Amino acid sequence: MYKKIINNLFLLEGEPQNRYKALKRNIIIIMVLITTLPLATMIIINYFQYRSHLRSQIIAPLYAMAEKTKHSFELFLDQRLAIIRFVSTTYNFEDLSNEKDIEKILLSLKKEWSGFVDIGLINKDGELVSYAGPYSLLGKNYSEQISFQETQIKGKYISNVFLGHRKSPHIVIAVQHITDKGQTWILRATIDTDFFDNLISSMGLPRQTDAFLISKDGFLQTDSLYYGNTLEKCPLPLPKIQFRSTSFEETDDKNRDIILVSSPFSIADYILVIAQPQSVALKSWYAFRTDMMIIFLVSLVIIVFSIIKMTDVLIKRIKTSDEHREKVLVELQHAQKLSSIGRLATGVAHEINNPLAIINQKAGLMNDLVERTKDFDKKPKFVDLTNAILNSVERCKKITHRLLCFSKRIDVKIEPVNMNHIIHEALEFLEKEILYRKMDINLNLSESLVSVKSDHGQIQQILLNLLTNAFAAIEDLGRVEIETENGKDGGIKVKITDNGCGIPKDVIKNIFDPFFSTKKENGTGLGLSITYGIIKKLGGKISVDSNPGEGSVFTFELPEKPNDMETING
Amino acid sequence: MKIKVLLADDEKEFVNALAQRLELRDLSVTTVYSGEGAIEMAEKIDFGVIVLDVLMPEITGIDALKKIKKAKPNTPVIMLTGEATVENAIQGMKLGAFDFLMKPADTELLVGKITQAYTLKYEHEERIRQAEIENIINTRGW
Repeated sequence: MYKKIINNLFLLEGEPQNRYKALKRNIIIIMVLITTLPLATMIIINYFQYRSHLRSQIIAPLYAMAEKTKHSFELFLDQRLAIIRFVSTTYNFEDLSNEKDIEKILLSLKKEWSGFVDIGLINKDGELVSYAGPYSLLGKNYSEQISFQETQIKGKYISNVFLGHRKSPHIVIAVQHITDKGQTWILRATIDTDFFDNLISSMGLPRQTDAFLISKDGFLQTDSLYYGNTLEKCPLPLPKIQFRSTSFEETDDKNRDIILVSSPFSIADYILVIAQPQSVALKSWYAFRTDMMIIFLVSLVIIVFSIIKMTDVLIKRIKTSDEHREKVLVELQHAQKLSSIGRLATGVAHEINNPLAIINQKAGLMNDLVERTKDFDKKPKFVDLTNAILNSVERCKKITHRLLCFSKRIDVKIEPVNMNHIIHEALEFLEKEILYRKMDINLNLSESLVSVKSDHGQIQQILLNLLTNAFAAIEDLGRVEIETENGKDGGIKVKITDNGCGIPKDVIKNIFDPFFSTKKENGTGLGLSITYGIIKKLGGKISVDSNPGEGSVFTFELPEKPNDMETING
Repeated sequence: MKIKVLLADDEKEFVNALAQRLELRDLSVTTVYSGEGAIEMAEKIDFGVIVLDVLMPEITGIDALKKIKKAKPNTPVIMLTGEATVENAIQGMKLGAFDFLMKPADTELLVGKITQAYTLKYEHEERIRQAEIENIINTRGW
């Protein structure tokens, strides 16, 4: 299964061009996924971890501020409660019932402690029996009011904020007193809530941050910057947890994402709320997030760019390697073809040689006999005929010799050879033909030509084959140019150019194949094939370039020394 | 006196034609068609020159050469060979063959080689004979 997937991804079939494109695409996709997935995962994990960490870092000061302010509130209320309790225990019911005394007490309270508005004494039936303050409440019955009932049950009471007769917000603090004799009464004081606003404004809140008190039923106990005035219903939802400080995120009625920190009071039904827009609270987080995204995107671009470039180089190398392999395969096939044809040729040549020898001897014997016989009618004709047989045998003999020469194993003698010298030698062999056909042989031999280690006789054979072909291609008075130069890596290069008939393109591809000849009955089709085999054996290479009607150029190169001396000698 | 030549080759037609041609050139030719026959004949008759084909069935020319050289070390042997068995012919030279010729051999060339081989053999035998005569003169005090 796994192998199948890999095969589908990388060993693609189809047209080479499309195959490389698909391979390139697949490699790029896989590499991008492999490299960016861990990076993206890291970024995502970091994103959430860092956000959580930063949130706690940002919210911690808000928590502290809420707790500290809540304590200030509670201290204020506790003090007021303690004062009222102190008054209730210091004075007895009769003292407090005395109008002058209670007036005196209110004056003292106002003088020493801020916030007190009035004070009153309520008997066990809920009737206000004594009162000092700006309002005429004397005789009012509180027995039906929650404040009275709560105080009766809990012994103390702090009310929510409410608007009094003066239409200013204030709260009521009440304590119950029980004497040794079992007499109960309640001392009740009204306190204005200016202190609340002062305390909130002294918190030093950051920009766009709001803080306010709400009652546990959701009414504002102080004015809010954004969410209404005292005693209005707060548009924000109440915190779900009302017994300890907590934080939560909400979207307010102005569609702002805000962070809320709530801190409920223990001695009263108030909750201190701090509201801060997330844009302010998480400013550093947003900056970090932007940085992180930029880094991620830049990294992504660099990675993708590098992968594309690297894949491009890789694919180019694979392509070159494939082409090289194909070329080698073609050469190998050619070499194998030569080898099998060579074996076949040996067999054929050998089998033909024997009957050829018989024909040769029989025809020779005929000639011998005729020569030793008196003249007779048609004798010259008879001699001509037997000579024709002998000539044909000679031609066949040449063919079989070349066939055997093509295939047989030759002991190569490797020695330093001078190419220019061998060229002169080869031309000496062909001197008569050159003279007879008045051919123009142009030598352009490098004087600084290096000497290479190769086989003298084999090179002679190569040159003779190539020159014979060139001579066959040109007309009388034609021109052949032989050029030598130093090749790469210490080797040599020989170029034989003729201005003959040239070779058609469809012929060029088969030109080094055995038995491929355009000379019809005059050629065996082995010359260039033998030449190819020898050059390969000597570690060189041969190429041909031709334009029909203009001529041909045969170029062969030989290395400084054959690559594998063992193979050659074997 | 005609040179006595033993011609051994498994190709009867070839041997017969060649034999006739050699005889027309004043050589006395005996033909055999196997290596075995060549050894047998060489042991029986003292030939001037023996011509052996390298490639023969059963006993090859090389094996026959070894045995002939053992029996008649002074008889020159010329090997006839096809192109593919040049190595064997070279081996034959190392084993004492006088020369080798590639098939289909040129008859005049073969006759030349036979004459040359026989002349050398004759000269060699002459020298031995002379040496023996001298030895007899010296030992008997003539």
